[in-house]
Amino acid sequence: MALSVSMTVNGKAVTVSVAENALLVDVLRQTLNLTGTHVGCDTSQCGACTVHVNGRSVKSCTMLAAQADGAEVTTIEGLAAADGTLHPMQAAFKEHHGLQCGFCTPGMVMSATDLARVNPTASEDEIREWLEGNICRCTGYHNIVKAVKDGLGAMSATRQAAE
Amino acid sequence: MTMQQNPAKATGIGASVKRVEDYRFLTGRGRYTDDMNKPGQLHAFIVRSPHAHATIVSIDTTEAEQAPGVHTVITGAEMKAAGIGSLPCGWLIKSKDGMAMKEPPHLPLAADKVRYVGDQVAVVVAETLNQAKDAAELIAIEYDELPATVATATAAGATGAPVHDEAPDNVCYDWEWGDKAKTDEAFAKAAHVAKLDLVNNRLIPNAMEPRAAIGEYDRGSEEYTLTTTSQNPQLIRLLLCGFTMGLPEHKVRVVAPDVGGGFGSKIYHYAEEVIVVFAARKLGRPVKWTAERTESFMSDAHGRDHVTHVELAMDDAGTFLGLRVNTTANMGAYLSTFSSCIPTILYATLLSGQYKTPAIYAEVKAVFTNTVPVDAYRGAGRPEACYLIERIVDVAARQTGIDKAELRRRNFITPEMMPYDTPVGLQYDSGDFARNLNDALEMIDYAGFPARKAEAASRGKLRGIGFASYIEACGIAPSNVAGALGARAGLYDSAEVRFHPTGSVSVMVGVHSHGQGHETTFAQIVAERLGVPMDKVEIVHGDSARTPFGMGTYGSRSLAVGGMAMMKAIDKVIAKSKKIAAHLLEASADDIEFADGTFRVAGTDKTIGIAEIAGAAYIPHNYPLDELEPGLDEQAFYDPKNFTFPNGTQICEVEIDPETGITKIIRFVAVDDFGRVINPMIVEGQVHGGLVQGIGQALLENCVYDEDSGQLLTGSFMDYTMPRADDVPSFEVKTNEVLCTTNALGVKGCGEAGTIGGAACVMNAVCDALDIAHMDMPASPERVWRTLRDKQAPMAAE
Repeated sequence: MALSVSMTVNGKAVTVSVAENALLVDVLRQTLNLTGTHVGCDTSQCGACTVHVNGRSVKSCTMLAAQADGAEVTTIEGLAAADGTLHPMQAAFKEHHGLQCGFCTPGMVMSATDLARVNPTASEDEIREWLEGNICRCTGYHNIVKAVKDGLGAMSATRQAAE
Repeated sequence: MTMQQNPAKATGIGASVKRVEDYRFLTGRGRYTDDMNKPGQLHAFIVRSPHAHATIVSIDTTEAEQAPGVHTVITGAEMKAAGIGSLPCGWLIKSKDGMAMKEPPHLPLAADKVRYVGDQVAVVVAETLNQAKDAAELIAIEYDELPATVATATAAGATGAPVHDEAPDNVCYDWEWGDKAKTDEAFAKAAHVAKLDLVNNRLIPNAMEPRAAIGEYDRGSEEYTLTTTSQNPQLIRLLLCGFTMGLPEHKVRVVAPDVGGGFGSKIYHYAEEVIVVFAARKLGRPVKWTAERTESFMSDAHGRDHVTHVELAMDDAGTFLGLRVNTTANMGAYLSTFSSCIPTILYATLLSGQYKTPAIYAEVKAVFTNTVPVDAYRGAGRPEACYLIERIVDVAARQTGIDKAELRRRNFITPEMMPYDTPVGLQYDSGDFARNLNDALEMIDYAGFPARKAEAASRGKLRGIGFASYIEACGIAPSNVAGALGARAGLYDSAEVRFHPTGSVSVMVGVHSHGQGHETTFAQIVAERLGVPMDKVEIVHGDSARTPFGMGTYGSRSLAVGGMAMMKAIDKVIAKSKKIAAHLLEASADDIEFADGTFRVAGTDKTIGIAEIAGAAYIPHNYPLDELEPGLDEQAFYDPKNFTFPNGTQICEVEIDPETGITKIIRFVAVDDFGRVINPMIVEGQVHGGLVQGIGQALLENCVYDEDSGQLLTGSFMDYTMPRADDVPSFEVKTNEVLCTTNALGVKGCGEAGTIGGAACVMNAVCDALDIAHMDMPASPERVWRTLRDKQAPMAAE
């Protein structure tokens, strides 16, 4: 049975026809062609599929697309500014070499930006604990932790400047 | 430093240039195989064996073929009838008796028997993946189960059904290396002999991107395209054409686009690559397959899996006299592409480590079992060698009472001994092992360790310190020597440096980047050597239609081999450019000097930039056409003279909570000699990642099979403990550059080093903390807790 789902994805209103059992990640990747959100496992463990739903990080492999009806969804494609300027967290990952193969990166960045909402001054230990649901096989996490720390600081500075 | 410095210099060799590939990955614009969808694409679902060992009695696909959306169901019988061949093994190992290793066929789809849980049995191709999955449920397969052989140690000569009829005793080969008589002599005169039985646990590589493949066939042009998650697309094309499918190589393009990590597991020619191309040809439509993670667990080649007995003979002063090693290595159910050379050529040749042990003898028995094939995983043979050497050295230190650092130092090969011929067939060109150790000791404050241990004890914690002084051999070569040792492929690499008419440069390389940052590192070298701004340099890799024939990326070979091919091509470009410059500047080519992108007539102010040379080469109006071809586009192949030998010392300190058995790494320092470092930021990142894979093996990761049924018990991220951010520490790393003497770049390679020493380093610290000679990996809380309990109450544990 197909369902009609309306959401705002990266600031743009979309209405899509989806199967009842369609996962949000599959609709993002296949229907909307937003392939920056990745699928790295089938047990909700790796976090490569992390997106924001109504401002909170969510593993989009563990949510039905139907559940996103009426929601505001942000994927990695929606994070940078319209002119392509990187979001402070994206810039911090580049600056600190917080990515290698890039596959876990979108999920890591989406998860890390949500930490700014929960704990903008997180310590190294708190960052490591927060990232527990995002697996990276390349970096050994060292540079990711540095990037997130720096990215959180940059996000705070941006927010303060805006206030 | 001058204000007028060439901009290429700031991005040149030795600069931590930010990566050019990052923007696309950070904004979701990477293009991995599963991100691509071809017009008219169908989806393949693979039916896999639920049994470890069984005869296929019958397969009935009738109902599945009628299911909605299904285009075809393919079985092993159909592929066999179509002449599809066996997935080949790329290295021939000969047993002690001179007999060739046993090479049973490995068909992409099993035709008569299944030999591990996950073995491919049938393929459903349908309009949608869900339709293919639903139809797969309708295939009726009757199996006649056979006893499974699972455990490495007991596989040889196991009673019951052999994994392959070709190897009735399950032995693939029984191989030896080194000098047995000389080693026996050394042991006969030893004052001390340290002995150890150890298991190098089986690991599952788990690159974060699951494997995927898309096959395409154009009936009009008769051209095939395979897009695949590969570390070496050219090699896959060769194997697809020369072995499995017999395709015409000039009609086949293999593309490995952005690839989400490999660690060895994406080197091999996998069944699924054959399956999607076969199905695409049959149906005339693109066919895509993407592994679910569970499939990755049971179909990606696994790593390690050795059972070893090792003995080290010493004199009174702790001088190493001889090393004797007996290893059984698990090959799994079939020989994967490089499987046979991992526990032999890449293992026994490294058993000298950093030490001047004069006599070494190793025996390696490779066995077939009803498990996933085992092949190279980051380090490949060398972590196994390092683990046993560094563990036995610690056992020896414990036994003789000699300090662990001192015992290592006493036995190190010194810089004055370079080049050094080991008794196991390698010639180390360079390295200062004692300096690495001393630097690491200083960084960790070795002298202060007893005080830290006492302080930890006051908190009820057991603190230990562990060392790993590793050496590895990278960039396997030269091809003729490797060939004499059984290699069935060349081990050179290639590059093409193409100036465009307006002065920008494309460099096509035969190696492949899947996280290593070649697009940055290689561009830095090009920018510096040619004096071209880095943003005008593009590195092209991963497409057989665009790049020259190269062997791909594994064994930390990209820079040492592929980078050198690029250097040769750059030299050819400069040599030709000098001739063009000589013509334009009206001088003799011998008088032309080249530096920072500018050609100059020696001793004059007559100059011309390399971009202008490129323009002249492509618009050859004022050009020596009689002597020189137009264009500026040069290709080179490079076959190295020798391996390179990255080396270093890692030291870590752990604290163990005896109540819970939890091991926490407090500090981890690594001092590495990678030869010349091109991009320190990238090199450090490689070290961090490698170390965590080593730590993972030591503390967390373990592939477990049920020994009776052969079922994979650690088949998901819920069961297999991947290192997570809160499992590991931050690292303190340093590089000591001792230039490699056998290549002009002076580079040694850095991709595997962390993993090669990591596991040994952590386990040495764990054993030190527990005050025991040995425990096997992983030192999980449960195992540590049991070890402590057994140690405290040995009688009660009986």
